[in-house]
Amino acid sequence: MIWLASLTVLLPFLAAFAGMLLGPGLTRLLGGRPGSPRNGPALIACVPIAVSLVFAAIVAFTVWRDPGQRNGELATIDTGSVPIHVGLQVDGLAAVVALMVCCVALAVQVYSVAYMREDGRYSSYAAFISMFTAAMLLVVYSGDLIVLYAGWEVMGICSYFLIGHHWEDRGNSRAAVKAFLVTRLGDVGFLIGILVLGVGANTFSIRGVLAEAGGLPHSTVTAAALLLLAGVAGKSAQFPLHTWLPDAMAGPTPISALIHAATMVAAGVYVVARLYGVFVLSSAALTVLGVVAVVSMVGSALAALAQDDLKRVLAYSTISQLGVMAAGLAVGADTAAIFHLLTHGAFKALLFLSAGCVIVVAGSNMLAHYGGLRRGMPVTFWSMTVGLAALVGVPPFSGWFSKDSVIEAAQHSALHGGESPIRPAPAGWFPAPFALPEVKSFPQLIRPPACANDVTAACLSRPDEARATMTASLGHAEFRTFRVDLPAGVAWLVYLGLLLTVALTAAYATRAWLMTFFGEPRGTYEIREAPRAMSWTVAVLAVPATILGFFGLGAEELRPHVGSALLGLLLAVLGAGAAFLVWNRDPAADPARALGRARPVFARAFYVDEVYAALVVRPFLALARGVVTFDSRRVDGAVVGAGRGARRLGGLLRVPQNGNPQTYLTGLLAGVVVIVAGVVIFR
Amino acid sequence: MIFLLMMALPLLGALAMLVPADRFLRTDSSVRVFGTAVSGATLLVAVSALTAFDFDAPSSAGMQLEIDRSWAPAIGLRFHLGVDGISLPLVALTALLTFLCFLYTLRHPPAGGRIRLLTALLLVLEIGLVGTFVALDLVLFFVFFEVVLIPMYAVIILWGGPARQAAAYKFILYTLLGSGLLLAGMLLVAVNAGTLDMTELAARHGAGVSHGVQIAAFALMGLGFAVKAPMWPLHTWLPDAHTEAPTVGSVLLAGVLLKMGTYGLVRVALPLAPHGAQVWAPWLGLLAVIGIVYGALACLAQRDLKRMIAYSSVGHMGFVLLGIATLTPVGINAALFGNIAHGLITSLLFFLAGAVKERWGTADLDALGGGLLGTSPRLASILTFASVASLGLPGLAGFWGEMLALLGAYRPHADLPRETFVTFMGVAALGAVLTAAYFLRMLAKLTHGPPSGVSAAPGPAVSTQEYAAWVPLIALTLLVGLWPKTLLDVTTGPVHALFGGG
Repeated sequence: MIWLASLTVLLPFLAAFAGMLLGPGLTRLLGGRPGSPRNGPALIACVPIAVSLVFAAIVAFTVWRDPGQRNGELATIDTGSVPIHVGLQVDGLAAVVALMVCCVALAVQVYSVAYMREDGRYSSYAAFISMFTAAMLLVVYSGDLIVLYAGWEVMGICSYFLIGHHWEDRGNSRAAVKAFLVTRLGDVGFLIGILVLGVGANTFSIRGVLAEAGGLPHSTVTAAALLLLAGVAGKSAQFPLHTWLPDAMAGPTPISALIHAATMVAAGVYVVARLYGVFVLSSAALTVLGVVAVVSMVGSALAALAQDDLKRVLAYSTISQLGVMAAGLAVGADTAAIFHLLTHGAFKALLFLSAGCVIVVAGSNMLAHYGGLRRGMPVTFWSMTVGLAALVGVPPFSGWFSKDSVIEAAQHSALHGGESPIRPAPAGWFPAPFALPEVKSFPQLIRPPACANDVTAACLSRPDEARATMTASLGHAEFRTFRVDLPAGVAWLVYLGLLLTVALTAAYATRAWLMTFFGEPRGTYEIREAPRAMSWTVAVLAVPATILGFFGLGAEELRPHVGSALLGLLLAVLGAGAAFLVWNRDPAADPARALGRARPVFARAFYVDEVYAALVVRPFLALARGVVTFDSRRVDGAVVGAGRGARRLGGLLRVPQNGNPQTYLTGLLAGVVVIVAGVVIFR
Repeated sequence: MIFLLMMALPLLGALAMLVPADRFLRTDSSVRVFGTAVSGATLLVAVSALTAFDFDAPSSAGMQLEIDRSWAPAIGLRFHLGVDGISLPLVALTALLTFLCFLYTLRHPPAGGRIRLLTALLLVLEIGLVGTFVALDLVLFFVFFEVVLIPMYAVIILWGGPARQAAAYKFILYTLLGSGLLLAGMLLVAVNAGTLDMTELAARHGAGVSHGVQIAAFALMGLGFAVKAPMWPLHTWLPDAHTEAPTVGSVLLAGVLLKMGTYGLVRVALPLAPHGAQVWAPWLGLLAVIGIVYGALACLAQRDLKRMIAYSSVGHMGFVLLGIATLTPVGINAALFGNIAHGLITSLLFFLAGAVKERWGTADLDALGGGLLGTSPRLASILTFASVASLGLPGLAGFWGEMLALLGAYRPHADLPRETFVTFMGVAALGAVLTAAYFLRMLAKLTHGPPSGVSAAPGPAVSTQEYAAWVPLIALTLLVGLWPKTLLDVTTGPVHALFGGG
């Protein structure tokens, strides 16, 4: 099984090299030309990821049938200190997320064949997507933190290449650099966090770290968790490291789908879930996570309200939705957060790819250039409607289920003074003999290994009891309370932030929907459906975006609750209604005008970029110029000065040695006189 | 014996260049082929040394492939050569880079002619480099250490750029100053300990040499090696020398010469004066970290491609020095790994900078303009690869040295102040962000954007010889980066032995 998982990672990795080096050659070999079905790079890109998808599905199915953790180790690298275990660790969480990654990556690759048909650099583009997918799969399956970090960073550089795919435009180039540097800033914290954890636990293996985390000093765990959060904030585009993501829209649209749905941004949330056993030990880290989540989700939802560009609306909505997941993690609802991660992956990929269809047809990203598109492109219209409905949380689309479970958990936390909600025993984490036939529901499968050590140890040492607990949990009779120490104020903040986000999400989604598909056409282009490889992919993706939510029904904690569901729905209707009423007054104008003087502030996302430019970028550039001057004037000046000094000293000493015999004789005579005088006087 | 052969081959080759041109190898191209053949044969010997080396031997076995003859018995001088896991990778790197330089010269000789002299000088340089890495006697080590200087000085002053004279003077005077201090330090230890044999001195772990002498000796030797490494603020000879030197000179200078400094610290200074090392380590760490950040900032505002790569060496060698300063096995491993990684990647970068300069006649970023990915896609792609490797991407060679140095700094030797080193770690990690910043700035400036500047006129395609020189470096960067075990397994054993462990 580990072999299958390794192959899942390796195939896209090898495909990346093969596509880069051999892709165009294969096209010639097959006698095709770019754009035809016999397209070498496209084949090298799509076939391996399709095979990977099959493997990932088999892996997920195996874990489903037979829950438990599987580990495989290829080698141990002795570093002279803490060793690195190159190996994979597959459990329910990893298997499900990997399956989602493969699905989205395949959809993106197939879609790109059509979307990038005219592009001369398609082969490198497809190769980087393959590399990106491989890196993400490595993050998901990795059993060692250093290996995970390798995948994590490779993803970053691939995103740099992909965002900057159209590098002829300086703007794209800047966006790519910004994306890499901002995430790299977070990654430095992440790496140090890994080192802190690894040195503390004396191992980098995730299993070992989770097992040792309980025994580490509290300060170590808190420091490590906070440092890891820096990396998470960078990758998952959370405040204050979120600024790269809206700019990353400079990349081709399928890349936006890949980066903002399945891979890079999901990695941050995934890692928190993977190392949840570390995070729950530190209430400080959870508090920071909660506050960051609230700032991110509310702030970016407000920013999304005022964007002119369809892709930027979606980008800010991604930050906002990732904030929702982070909020779930902060209040102890890790299953709900991962559930939202999966549904978000489905519907956000759908949204970006259908946005790509709209952009291809309209030839513009601007909402102001759309209008009335529902008549000419029904497939795109209905797909996007499904995606937006899922984003807003309209029942029974997938987003409703997952968002509701997060809200429910936050509500519980707020009402119970920061205590986390019900947590059934982690069934998906038990070895085979304890697996019951009922263990097939979704949450058991994705349940991360977050059980506190002592509890797990107790569970494992007393299988009977474990079985009893688990059976009870499946029967919804008894739940263990897992204490997550979140200050009550923060819990309330998270809860209210989530409710506010629901209303705002409904408002901006409705605005984008109405401006794109309704009213009179505002463009001069012909409204028709996008090429089939694109519209069909979009239609297929609409299916999981619709039904994925029902998979959560198997678990108590993911089931919709009447109270929070009604409240959420009411707020969504309020938000959507407000957007509709404003739009209805003048369908040709942008409803964002209702924001009045706040509009430019939201549109510039509270001027965070400007603040960074003034406080970080410019001072550093000035410092760099200062260093260059200092280096040549002072440091090197001292060296050259020393050389000159030596030469001048030599010049002084040279004066008597000028080769003139008269001088020498004079000196000699003077010397004799002085000596004689001395002898005469002092004797 | 194998190392004797490895030095005899280039020596014979260099001597053959003394034969007048009308008797032997009349044309320039035949001289170039001759040089390539000699260095290729040397590389083969190096490869056979790799195969002859017993990688499974216990680290307590010490040196392998030794040769130990009496040389000047009156003062106890011995001709003692040998390798272990610490020096073997560097020997192989030297042979490889010299060969690649000759291969590159086949088609792209530096402007200035006199190819016979260049061939002879490069071969003598190789002798000095290999000798430094295999010498096990202090005086012998010093002799080889100095042999390297003169040919490099000549290469810079004869084939260099417009400001070559000042650069060459600065190079030789600065490094000779360092060498003087080094000699004083080494003799201080040797006289006190009563032997010149490095293996024996290392085995004593500083016993028999008083604390004060060790402190003084480490300071002297450390300064000597720090000039070579180079350590901030003793680095200013380096940007000038690198910028003015011809491509092959820069490649060997960055690829191997700098390593003599850090290798010397690990091989000579640390084992000979361990107590001195403990006293000076925090200062070494401090200067290393300053070097990392300072080098990165200096790169950020550089306008010249070659100069930027030169300053990037200050930053990268800062990580190597930080690893050494931690005085832990993992830190020394980091230093040795960083040495090799920097040798591979920065050599490639200098080759590329040379190719750019050869094509468009300048390395000034503003004059070169942008859009290189469009006008010369292959050259620009390889440049991108090398930059990404240099900024420390995991999966490529540059990462592991940096990561292990940070790991070492997080938990330094028990006798060192931990808080200080944890601060160093944080600052060094931020330096890594700045490293990414200047490389991406350079790439954006040079490879992105619409075609402009002098590089808008497409240069000649990448030649076979260029590929031949670059592809091995790319392949090794990938190999060592994807599978760091290849290198770490070689070095870990002897590094533990260095600290007296098994």
